[in-house]
Amino acid sequence: MNLKGFRRPFPGTQPNYLHPPYVSSVKRAPTKPLVAIPHTLSEITGPMFGVERVDVKAFDLTKQHSGEPLGERILVSGRVLDEDGRTVPHTLVEIWQCNAAGRYQHKVDVHDAPLDPNFTGCGHTLTDSEGRYRFVTIRPGAYPWKNHYNAWRPAHIHFSVFGPAFATRLVTQMYFPGDALIPFDPIFNCTADETARQRLISEFDWKSTIPEQALGFQFDLVLAGREATPWEPPRPGGK
Amino acid sequence: MNFRATPSQTVGPFFSIGCDRLNVIDLAGHGVSGQRIEVTGRVIDGDGNGVPDAMLEIWQANSAGKYAHPEDRQDKATETGFQGFGRIPTDANGAFWFATIKPGTVPGPDGRQQAPHIVVSVFMRGLLRRLVTRIYFPDEAENDQDFVLNLVEPARRGTLIAREVSGEDNKLEWNVILQGENETVFFDIGL
Repeated sequence: MNLKGFRRPFPGTQPNYLHPPYVSSVKRAPTKPLVAIPHTLSEITGPMFGVERVDVKAFDLTKQHSGEPLGERILVSGRVLDEDGRTVPHTLVEIWQCNAAGRYQHKVDVHDAPLDPNFTGCGHTLTDSEGRYRFVTIRPGAYPWKNHYNAWRPAHIHFSVFGPAFATRLVTQMYFPGDALIPFDPIFNCTADETARQRLISEFDWKSTIPEQALGFQFDLVLAGREATPWEPPRPGGK
Repeated sequence: MNFRATPSQTVGPFFSIGCDRLNVIDLAGHGVSGQRIEVTGRVIDGDGNGVPDAMLEIWQANSAGKYAHPEDRQDKATETGFQGFGRIPTDANGAFWFATIKPGTVPGPDGRQQAPHIVVSVFMRGLLRRLVTRIYFPDEAENDQDFVLNLVEPARRGTLIAREVSGEDNKLEWNVILQGENETVFFDIGL
């Protein structure tokens, strides 16, 4: 049973597991080489989530409480695509983020910044038939962390996408254009390839900006593309 | 067009606010066919400490060896009530528990059946991209012939095979050891 797998990343365009400037990677990155395996039926299939698993209101993070959250209202939208530019329809996109003051609604976050009773900071949606998604939220704040002296994370929104297969699963972070903290962030900088890193920065977008209401940011997510030919086992002594 | 995939980034320490909603730790509801199993284990870091902020995602076929996915074109039935997806967080000690049914065999790349297995993604703060591994079952004759297991050096295969707990064949233990001598085998499947 020869199946078409998904393309492997181009060298340098994905992070290595060990990236010492990001201190948490040192005790958690594997130390032995990974074992490369072909994509089998187990990797080219994957979970699919239908409308019954989705709350249609969950795309709007500003309407989850009785009042409006504090901060700058934004509309984040874009498409989920593969490496051939094909859109990925009806796939689950999850996001989470801190509030405008830079504080997560999470017991582990003890940053001395106010919680916002009107902001939880999580949302999800399905892409439409053309791979588009949109979230209404507030612009997250920057916050300090303990990675090194005077370390600050640039403002970011966490994204989780499934795509069509176990092999296409992607979790990433979206950043904002012009953020002065980006060049100093070891997490942003963990990917060697400069062009690849730039794809993590959203674009300010007049077209999706809603007058009197919300600034628009565009962020496309690109998942692994499909191989053109099925995998074949090497033939012993063969050509 | 020629795009390249978006770089992966860590889930960070606060993913539970966005991810808990989709937690599934018991995949086998009432009436799902097959042998019900429970899997316990821990995620252990390079200092030997449990990882309290890890998340596993699992994906598996049903007891007949059929994935609930359109690209599984085998002439076998899917089952209402069994999707095959689980999302399992670790607790304060790095321990996890999930229940499911033992999957059937599915075709492998060499034309033979793969031994029953569950594919696993591991996410946590400190991992800039997920780790991918598999859970196999003890005392399976098919393990010896399994295409993927045979790509792993024999001394390390044991890290992929769950162990029976106190002789009960429906209770299994399987750990994720991130570093060191008994480091779990992780697979390169691309992303």
